[in-house]
Amino acid sequence: MFDWAQSADGIVTLTMDDPAHAVNTMNETFIRGLIATLDRLEAERETVQGVILTSAKQSFFAGGDLRSMLAERDPVHLTWATDIMKAQLRRLEKLGRPVVAAVNGAALGGGLEIALACHHRVVLDRGDVRLGLPEITLGIIPGAGGVTRTVRMLGLSDALTKVLLEGRAFRPAQALEIGLVDELATGPDELLAKARAWIAANPDAAQPWDVKGYRNPGGDPKSLAFANNVIIPITATLRGRSRNTPFLAPQQLLSTAVEGTQVDVDTALKIETRYFADLVCGQIAKNMMQAFHFDMQHITKGRARPAGFPRRPVTRVVVLGAGMMGAGIAYRCAKAGIEVVLKDVTLDAAQRGKEYSRKVMTRAKVSPDKQEELLARITPTDRAADALGADLMIEAVFEDTDLKKQVFADIEPHLAPDALLGSNTSTLPISGLADGVTRPEDFIGLHFFSPVDKMQLLEIIVGEKTSDAALARAVDFAAQIGKTPIVVGDSRGFFTSRVIGTFINEAVRMVAEGVAAASIEQAGLQAGYPTAPLALSDEINMKLGQKVRNEYRRAHEAAGGTWVELPHFTVGDRMVDEFGRPGRLEGAGFYDYADGRRTGLWPGLKDAFGGGTTHLPFADMVERMLFAEAIESVKCLDEGVLRSVPEANIGSIVGIGFPAWTGGVLQYVNQYDGGLSGFVARARELAERYGERFEPPASLVERAARGEVYA
Amino acid sequence: MTTEAYVYEAVRTPRGRGKHTGALHGVKPISLLTGLIDELRRRHPGLDPAAIDDIVLGSVMPVGDQGGNIAKAAALAAGLPDTVCGVQLNRYCSSGLEAVNTAAARVRSGWDSLIIAGGVESMSRVPMGADGGPWAFDPETARVAQFVPQGIGADLIATVDGFSRDDVDAYALQSQQRAAAAWSGGYFAKSVVPVVDRGVPVLDHDELVRPDASMAALAKLPASFAAMGSLYDPVALQKYHWIERIEHVHTAGNSSGIVDGAAMVLVGSEEAGRRLGLTPRARIVAAALTGSEPVIMLTGPAPATRKVLDMAGLTVDDIDIFELNEAFASVVLRFVKELDLPMEKVNVNGGAIAMGHPMGATGAMLVGTVVDELERRQARRALVTLCVGGGMGIATIIERI
Repeated sequence: MFDWAQSADGIVTLTMDDPAHAVNTMNETFIRGLIATLDRLEAERETVQGVILTSAKQSFFAGGDLRSMLAERDPVHLTWATDIMKAQLRRLEKLGRPVVAAVNGAALGGGLEIALACHHRVVLDRGDVRLGLPEITLGIIPGAGGVTRTVRMLGLSDALTKVLLEGRAFRPAQALEIGLVDELATGPDELLAKARAWIAANPDAAQPWDVKGYRNPGGDPKSLAFANNVIIPITATLRGRSRNTPFLAPQQLLSTAVEGTQVDVDTALKIETRYFADLVCGQIAKNMMQAFHFDMQHITKGRARPAGFPRRPVTRVVVLGAGMMGAGIAYRCAKAGIEVVLKDVTLDAAQRGKEYSRKVMTRAKVSPDKQEELLARITPTDRAADALGADLMIEAVFEDTDLKKQVFADIEPHLAPDALLGSNTSTLPISGLADGVTRPEDFIGLHFFSPVDKMQLLEIIVGEKTSDAALARAVDFAAQIGKTPIVVGDSRGFFTSRVIGTFINEAVRMVAEGVAAASIEQAGLQAGYPTAPLALSDEINMKLGQKVRNEYRRAHEAAGGTWVELPHFTVGDRMVDEFGRPGRLEGAGFYDYADGRRTGLWPGLKDAFGGGTTHLPFADMVERMLFAEAIESVKCLDEGVLRSVPEANIGSIVGIGFPAWTGGVLQYVNQYDGGLSGFVARARELAERYGERFEPPASLVERAARGEVYA
Repeated sequence: MTTEAYVYEAVRTPRGRGKHTGALHGVKPISLLTGLIDELRRRHPGLDPAAIDDIVLGSVMPVGDQGGNIAKAAALAAGLPDTVCGVQLNRYCSSGLEAVNTAAARVRSGWDSLIIAGGVESMSRVPMGADGGPWAFDPETARVAQFVPQGIGADLIATVDGFSRDDVDAYALQSQQRAAAAWSGGYFAKSVVPVVDRGVPVLDHDELVRPDASMAALAKLPASFAAMGSLYDPVALQKYHWIERIEHVHTAGNSSGIVDGAAMVLVGSEEAGRRLGLTPRARIVAAALTGSEPVIMLTGPAPATRKVLDMAGLTVDDIDIFELNEAFASVVLRFVKELDLPMEKVNVNGGAIAMGHPMGATGAMLVGTVVDELERRQARRALVTLCVGGGMGIATIIERI
């Protein structure tokens, strides 16, 4: 694991190289190797002039072992194992000889923590090298000294706000600027040369916190000024920002950092271990590790892609409709290097769509040269013939079946003969639209989310006739433009729109029931949704909801069905028709607006719907929203609209803002207190109190009885 | 038969502005205390200091000049006999009343016969927050305990109950007017002991009172907790979820003033009084504590009042005057509304909005205020109550002899 090479000048180069894995991780091989290496270093200390720690892999060190952390439930055991690990890093930094990390690849999480236990960090400035402590994004905190050492290196405030709380991965130059590392090197030789030079110049190297008279760079942590100016504002801000959700990791991180400043470094490391172990063994971290590592891996490894079809990158795409969605799609494609034909009814509209790309890049401070380079790939037009030879069509025109079929007919003759045919519809069934093209097997739903540039999800909808080959191409296209795809079946609203609808409906039902609107919004935020439900309804616009509802009603009644008026329909209709308050677009919805910004809830809600006359248990309000979405997702799985659990989880978090702490909409069911049986019992309780829509589906009840989870 | 606890004397310093420009900033808190001990002995030559069992003093920031055990230090500094003990206690803003109640309970138990109870706070010297503590400063405790500063709680009361800026300002104006009237009427003359430093008079009146206060002047003051609210309002609203936003109506003009001051109440048994030739002025009838919702924090006085009235078998109508510490105007308005009290009976001589709130001492000062006022009115019963940090309420019923 640790290759030992001592040169004539007495410098030992330790090269980490896990013999069994492609990357180095904090596994048993590593810890045993580290102990043996430290034993030898201490034994031969008199002849060792310094130590260089580097890696034989493409990355420096990949961090902790997530699979074992996912399984770990015993904080006592984890504390024991972590303390052994940390004791070795302590031995390394107290060796009494200069130790330099020659970071020749990515050092994230545990990898950076090892480097932080060295006296000096030189980093190879290569494009793929990233440094950071991303633990918080998995619901945990750095546990191998990452909190303790960054706080002592950078000060509490900088360590928290720049490094720990966001868990960003930095490029080498950024890491240098922040002070996480000390020097950059342009190549491997320079990397080692700089390491050697530093050792030669610093024979008595020690960590600052092990030198008498050490002062924390952020100010005296025991002073009243520090408490008032640093601890108080960060604590209050994090509590406000937490929105009181069950996702406690940021606040536990703060506690770890603050409590560590009140004691010596060795005690701080122990405190860090206890918070780390508590979080790792808790359910929220399991949810987040499952979702953001394992479920995400399922998707990035293309498990949803039918096998056996060669990859064919898209080279030329025609985007039909240069509105907000079309313009966003065009930008994203151009950014990925694809030639884009952006077509609208008028050239002027198409050009405006192209201008959107310039606006986004200017905001993102992209250099003028790079902007021009990207813009040159977008051709705005009003002529179908300009789509000549395009191997992908993405239709993003108004949600109207006849209109869409018309534009398909206009464009199809100009496309490459085997072009993939995509529609960005969010509401219309794909199988129905497929009638409008000559090759329905190549027709597929490519549902982007707004704003296209920020929203990571691409919902790929498979129609009745869509071929596996077309699906494979769609999944590859998602990867090509850097989107996270989920593959779903063709149903009204597909997966995402259908499920997010139940969330908003539940909130609007509560309005109808006479619950205070502020409480409903708080319940949504405290559940962990990024946007409160009534605010979201304003964004989506109730006029749109009304239109979709009326269309559905016509279709339903035409098919001989009986329409049942539901309480939230009435609220929506009254908001639109009686009060003229459809949403943000009109500057009036559940909220009042000034210049497009919410100024407060509409005071008229109280009179209109009796807001504040009904008082529900707050936990019920929170769980009505979460359960509504979870139960609808179970139905989607039953109906084959959802094809896998990882796609359900990732799709719900990344696409429709289901709270990240849950690990996704089906993991929420798994992790509910009492497991699936607990979820079933609670669903029945909600059904009794609030309506049969909360009755758990039979498949869920059976799964609970079998003692299985969604996996 | 339980021994009764009598109030034999109640004295206080005038309250100095709690800034470096305040008259008492140059006087050590311990000197405020020794001055009052000297006064007790001067007023009661028969008071054998060796008969004093203990000195119980409230101090909310017991660090620095007020650190250690300032009560025993005061006994030593005042030259009291070695046998006189001292203990410092802290029940936040009610510490002074807590000291009196503790003394009364010990006297009633028969374990002690004569205790000096009171408190001290030199807020110009030992500022609020100086003692740290986990409630606000430990992130984990702050989260679990839902810590929100009092000022936000006061504004939240106003928001929940619908008290406007005009409502709270109008109350503040009344406090100023009543305090000014009480001072000009000499109603505090019996209890206020001028502070004299090495023979030189330093202060003989409450420095903060503004007899010229007006609604127009009050309306001009900026909200004190709006900036703090940007940090803490979201936290408070997580609990008060039906409120969309907190209206920040409290200002320096309608909140209690920051001041320096000290107070002492001589509490003893009937037998001790007889032995030392002291005349009882009032009897401590009952005392009660209760916890209340901690985020809004300041709604404890009403439940504490109900509790102490129940204990004494009395109703609000049996009380002639109520003295509720004017921590913030909304606290008083809420109390009056909740118990449906006539404003004529509440804080009849003004309160902390006009005269200031030396945190550790205020409760004991209010005892002196009501004893004087009961005597002046020849009325029978008074009730003293305070809202307390962390969501507590305290109430004591005093009966004139």
